[in-house]
Amino acid sequence: MASKAPRHEMPCQDPIVRGKNFSEVALGYTTETAIEEAKRCVQCKKPKCVEGCPVNVSIPQFIEKVAEGEFLEAAKILKTKNTLPAVCGRVCPQESQCESKCLLGIKGESVAIGRLERFVADYEMANGTGKFAKPTPSGKKVAIIGAGPAGLTCAAELAREGHAVTVFEALHVAGGVLMYGIPEFRLPKAIVQKEISSLKDMGVEILVNQVVGKVTSVQELMESGYDAVFIGTGAGLPYFMNIPGENLNGVYSANEFLTRSNLMKAYNFPANATPVKVGEQVAVLGGGNVAMDAARTALRLGAKDVYIVYRRSMTELPARAEEVHHAEEEGIQFKILTNPVQINGDENGNVKSMTCLRYELGEPDASGRRKPVPIEGSEFELPVQTVVVSIGQGPNPLVTTTTKGLALNKHGNIAADENTMATSIPGVYAGGDIVTGAATVILAMGAGKTAAASINEYLKTK
Amino acid sequence: MYSVVKRRQLSDTIVLLEVAAPAVAQKAKPGEFVIVRQNEDSERIPLTIMDFSSEKGTITIVIQEVGYSSALITRMQEGDAFIDFVGPLGQATEIENYGTVLCVGGGVGIAPVHPIARGLKEAGNKVISVLGARNKELLILEEEMRAASDEVVITTDDGSYGMKGFVTHGIQSVLDKGVKIDAIWAIGPVIMMKSVANFTRPLGIKTIVSMNPVMVDGTGMCGACRLDVGGETKFACVDGPEFDAHKVDFDLAMKRSVFFRNEEAAAYHQVKCQCEKEGK
Repeated sequence: MASKAPRHEMPCQDPIVRGKNFSEVALGYTTETAIEEAKRCVQCKKPKCVEGCPVNVSIPQFIEKVAEGEFLEAAKILKTKNTLPAVCGRVCPQESQCESKCLLGIKGESVAIGRLERFVADYEMANGTGKFAKPTPSGKKVAIIGAGPAGLTCAAELAREGHAVTVFEALHVAGGVLMYGIPEFRLPKAIVQKEISSLKDMGVEILVNQVVGKVTSVQELMESGYDAVFIGTGAGLPYFMNIPGENLNGVYSANEFLTRSNLMKAYNFPANATPVKVGEQVAVLGGGNVAMDAARTALRLGAKDVYIVYRRSMTELPARAEEVHHAEEEGIQFKILTNPVQINGDENGNVKSMTCLRYELGEPDASGRRKPVPIEGSEFELPVQTVVVSIGQGPNPLVTTTTKGLALNKHGNIAADENTMATSIPGVYAGGDIVTGAATVILAMGAGKTAAASINEYLKTK
Repeated sequence: MYSVVKRRQLSDTIVLLEVAAPAVAQKAKPGEFVIVRQNEDSERIPLTIMDFSSEKGTITIVIQEVGYSSALITRMQEGDAFIDFVGPLGQATEIENYGTVLCVGGGVGIAPVHPIARGLKEAGNKVISVLGARNKELLILEEEMRAASDEVVITTDDGSYGMKGFVTHGIQSVLDKGVKIDAIWAIGPVIMMKSVANFTRPLGIKTIVSMNPVMVDGTGMCGACRLDVGGETKFACVDGPEFDAHKVDFDLAMKRSVFFRNEEAAAYHQVKCQCEKEGK
């Protein structure tokens, strides 16, 4: 049986070489490897992988086409359920979603669904026609606030139904976290823009430089003729540690650090005019995917020693195993069971070190993870010149505080119905990080898709 | 695209640009700001609004050449366009009838004071403006400020025009006449705003300053613009830019403002060389 073949490794740039450039780390399967990997799929009658996918991609069907070498057919199947497959193939946590349910994974290694998804999407970008059959216009208008994963998915789904969709984006380019957050070496920006341009081909209108809450409001959009509104403004408010010294020069939020480097291309300074700078020693506070991105970016910007400073142990790191593995390969140093209590500066207000405490793991806490407990007298000083705070983001209040009657939860996230994504205002839906708090690209896309289905039903009643 | 419809050279290094941005102009209020990018490779930089007209659909900004990004903008001519022009951003000035108010502007800071003075005057306040500059040549917008104020006091560091001294001397001269001041807006270099805050603190006069730190997105997303206000961290872009002058840690703001000084100088050098080559 073909399934006995081992899972095919993803070819990657050499860790030493890639630590000095911003080119993509994972190089992608060749056609031969893709076909071989696709042949490992046993084509389950009741595929569990599909249940593991937040947007229910018809996984066995597209993989079957890959095995047959019918890559454009595979892309067609993939794209009926997923509007951003080249993105998802790169950044989805497949190991905890589709691939975690794969039958082959029970006794051995699961099919590399994510890598195949990426292969098919890239193949289609290079060789496909990119043409869409334009649906019959419905005569209905929908406004989408935020051109991130949730908003773009919602927009594409609604455009497919013939609705006139306009996306309002606050930044100067569409893509949201795919552009400002996830680094070039993990998700090339040209790929993101190609996926977005295929949405434009479907008829989706994207307006940049539109800060809803300032230049217009949800209410004004409704009054100006939009039949429904979807809010997908993401988690755009950085949290800080609230420890002394956090406003010293050299302390960045991960959002600022990554936005400078990714969106503004500061790694290409001065050809691109936005600067970013790192010291020889950089501490990244936090253990999530964003922390890994910040650490690996700091390395590429020229830092000698980059530390992930995390108060729990390696097993509790919230980042994907693959990201941690890549970071370790590149030489990122993990200072686990460690937490800063203070950032120290020199006379000019620049960071020179961090005072940290060592921790040990105690009893499990409310999250089920063993609680980190500081060890008395373990205080030590870690010399660093740059600190990147990467402990999470909250909901940006620009839209939520300017929308009368919009119910929020106690964290300031929008209260939306789990099944329909409807908010407290009729015709207004919300999804993605603005509802759930900071989560993943694919969960936001799933929410955008669910909301689109509800909006479609809602528009039929109008 | 956001075209420059009018350009006026206010001094050697200071330029006024009226920019077509109808949606922004429709919503702009005194005290707010815009974020602009000159071209595809430019930084996003915050600029305070000097004037706005919903009829003409324009926003007027005033900018002084201090580095690379500002040099690109001051060299723009009528018909040139910004690639991005976002706003209005920030919290608007709390315009109400306070009684007698002082509007203090230093250097290029006179520009953002202008709509505030006009708004306060329209709200029924007696507006006395104190305008400061290093010398007569560098004093900008005198005529506009006279139109927006009931009285104008001018100070120059070298005494080449108006009173010799700083804006604090101008404020003192108003107090010396026995005028009771109900509130003060002061906008200018951080060091000037700090001096005004220190001057008015013992007098107990409500004093508002408008902070203009480094920003990236301008919508609360990055925190580059954070300030210490009364022991709390605030984001100038969404919590401000106006704050209670008596609570702002100006020393911290000054230190933060020079973090990228070396990088900016390198970039500025590059644009200057480029412009000399092109004979601009």
